[in-house]
Amino acid sequence: MYASKKLEKHPGFLLSRRRFVQGVLASGAIAAFDLFRLPASASASTSAAGPPILSGNYFNLDVGQVPVNYTGSAAYATAVNGFVPGPTLRWREGHSVTVAVTNRLKATTSIHWHGIRTPSDMDGVPGLSFAGIPPGETFVYHFPVRQSGTYWYHSHSRFQEQTGHYGALVIDPLDKRPIEYDREYVIVLSDWTDEDPETILSNLKQQSDFYNFRQRTVGTFLSDAQSKGLGATMSDRLMWSGMNMSPTDILDVSGATYTYLLNGQPSRANWTGLFRPGERVRLRFVNASSMSIFDVRIPGLPMSVVQADGNDVEPVAVDEFRISVAETYDVIVAPPDASAYTILAQAEDRTGYARGTLAPRYGMSPAIPPMDPRPLRTMADTGMGNMAGLKMSGSGNIPGMEMEATGHISDMGTQEMPAMEMRNPSEYVKRERMIGPNAPAQPGPRTSAEFTEPDMGDMNAPISQNTRPTLGPRVDNVAEMPTERLSSAGEGFPPGRRVLSYTDLRAVYRGTDPRPPNRDIEIHLTGNMQRFVWGFDGEKFSDAEPIRLRLGERVRIILVNDTMMEHPIHLHGLWSELENGAGQFRPYKHTINVKPGERLSYLVSADTPGQWAFHCHLLYHMETGMFRAVIVS
Amino acid sequence: MRVAQGFLVAAVLVLCEASIVQAQSPETQTYVQYGEPPVMDNAIFYHLLFDQLEGRTNGPDNAFRWQGEGWAGTDMNRLWLKTEGFVEHGRMTDGDQEVLYDRPIPYLRYFDLQAGVRYDLDSDPGRTWGAIGIQGLAPYFFEFAPTFYFSNRGFIAGRIEGSYDILITNRLIAQPQFELNFYSKSNPSRGIGSDLSELDTGLRIRYEISRKFAPYIGVAYTGNYGQTATFTREQGGNPEDPRFIFGLRLWY
Repeated sequence: MYASKKLEKHPGFLLSRRRFVQGVLASGAIAAFDLFRLPASASASTSAAGPPILSGNYFNLDVGQVPVNYTGSAAYATAVNGFVPGPTLRWREGHSVTVAVTNRLKATTSIHWHGIRTPSDMDGVPGLSFAGIPPGETFVYHFPVRQSGTYWYHSHSRFQEQTGHYGALVIDPLDKRPIEYDREYVIVLSDWTDEDPETILSNLKQQSDFYNFRQRTVGTFLSDAQSKGLGATMSDRLMWSGMNMSPTDILDVSGATYTYLLNGQPSRANWTGLFRPGERVRLRFVNASSMSIFDVRIPGLPMSVVQADGNDVEPVAVDEFRISVAETYDVIVAPPDASAYTILAQAEDRTGYARGTLAPRYGMSPAIPPMDPRPLRTMADTGMGNMAGLKMSGSGNIPGMEMEATGHISDMGTQEMPAMEMRNPSEYVKRERMIGPNAPAQPGPRTSAEFTEPDMGDMNAPISQNTRPTLGPRVDNVAEMPTERLSSAGEGFPPGRRVLSYTDLRAVYRGTDPRPPNRDIEIHLTGNMQRFVWGFDGEKFSDAEPIRLRLGERVRIILVNDTMMEHPIHLHGLWSELENGAGQFRPYKHTINVKPGERLSYLVSADTPGQWAFHCHLLYHMETGMFRAVIVS
Repeated sequence: MRVAQGFLVAAVLVLCEASIVQAQSPETQTYVQYGEPPVMDNAIFYHLLFDQLEGRTNGPDNAFRWQGEGWAGTDMNRLWLKTEGFVEHGRMTDGDQEVLYDRPIPYLRYFDLQAGVRYDLDSDPGRTWGAIGIQGLAPYFFEFAPTFYFSNRGFIAGRIEGSYDILITNRLIAQPQFELNFYSKSNPSRGIGSDLSELDTGLRIRYEISRKFAPYIGVAYTGNYGQTATFTREQGGNPEDPRFIFGLRLWY
């Protein structure tokens, strides 16, 4: 398969292959044992280490099929160098990397570097960046690394990501203030299915609630009638069914087909990371799922969130965080004693979980707590202005509340004052020169954007065009009164837990571009659940024009979620600076989770020319049309 | 015949026109596309669902009933097939097969317009009809499909179908269902009278072992009215025919 020269050059690679064989044997054996219901400790005694780490500036990656067994039945996964997840790549900021990717599949493949600021032709999106990597061929990626943090990579070709083609990417910083820790682990969460993803999509097209076996029934009607009264239950049922919508619709694809994996291990295999009591352990969480949003906690161990989407944030102490598809969060934990701790990642719909263990030695398997009650959609999720059930937590504790002069947010209604973003005019400065392609790729210590009194002429951003969609075959709901819900962590968390919300994220480093946006672009997230059609502004990718940005311009993107689903929206190539009230310390993100019925905004500096993808990172939403090309020229 | 054909051709032309206009807009995209598009959001899917594959019995008398539908196509353009009928005493009756073009109706979220051809194929003399109707999901998750038919001899017929799923549990589902048939003129050779001719209604309780495989039991009632009842009686049948049913609901 490989020229021997290459192998000699990369001795680590040989080792990886060997470890891979062991890993597969181990996980296969575990799955087989479990069928015969051996005690849990039997499987816990074998702990696979997960994917290997490859570091350096030159990498050979092979995309091919490998046999796997996560569920008790044999299946094939799409793997990188034989691993699911693929090897963790370790880069250094300031270096250039060369990655030669060889396709050993029968179909075209690709690797997209998620969150990495590459030139457009290195971004790895077939159709937009390049033509993909045909079977048997090698494509060489080469680009400078101008950022640091935790990221990931994955195929951007049809459903290969669902079948295992993903891996973590860790970039060591050049001169950022180091986050202190004694050891670190990458934690890649993902969803595996033995079904063909094409079959899953086909099933959803025929019956969109195909994988929802937790719908309301005659039984739940009777129990609700008992607890809430017949009248209230009746009117609630009529309201939802009158819209042909279901409040139990949390994730489109559920544990009915998914087995949730942590570092490529099903929960019974119990991936284990070791620590010594008193150590600070950095956990780099990556949600590499296709459709699964996870709620992550380590019972008994508080976490300090120190990085989001690769960008350092001021530490936030939490008990739990929700990680949407394609997001990354880095947390620091400090286990005080020699106990074992469960890392529990529940799917948002509570149909399953991924699990691992932090322990002082291998073979420990602490009790797994029962799953939390599942969330139900509320009227706030329809964006219809009924505030019942909407949590308005976080009032008053938003750092650096800002006042904004353009007033575009005032059309959001008046109820959401507590979490409403008001921008401080003093952060802006009129700049003669454009912050163009030479701007820093990531906020850092060398970012010295000066913030002085703004020129008010810059503040007159044009009013955004009205893109309000109309109801129809592609749009089953339009949020009449979308709400700002950044300070809410979302539904489904028991009271008393500290759960991360987007308003908790405050960047360590000042933003690189102090200019105000010169225009607003409002985009509605739309869909028709029954038909399983998704899009932006009521149009699928194939019906729509690309979004055009002028090179060097700064825009505000306003997202309005008209649907009843969450959508993690990912813009390639450029940062999405979430307007969460943190002012010039707003967090730089690559993926922004938009809750049902929510309206939020972020700023984008169009500093890198080319054709970029903009899409929902729920794979089956993207493939059914929730995708746009963004052209910066 | 001419009326029906003319109507159909017009309907299909209108629908095709709409789809051509739809198809043109992507060509105005001016970005460079390398190879395949980045997402395939116009993929063709196909499905075949047999809602009813069942035996109907009232003790001495047994019949086999089938009703199925299938479609193939994209989100906006689909070809539908519908088939239903009885096999009784070695004879096929009430056979009805339809081929329809299907397109979502603009500004409506859950309804499709369907137009095409129906052919009554069974042991009786066959007949061809033009068909146009709508099918979809009315509020409260009520499946609803009224269709009009125009025959080659100036007949007009109408059919209304409806069904509703009641979830006793997530796998045990009760489904009340009805089908009403109307005809403008009687047709003695097929045993059909004018006006409201037949009601076929049933209550089925299925257990979804999987979404695609669900055995069921239930009761069905077939009522013949007016002249149709007379024809049925003349042939020795019972115009009011309640039966126990057992069957399978299958997907492919």
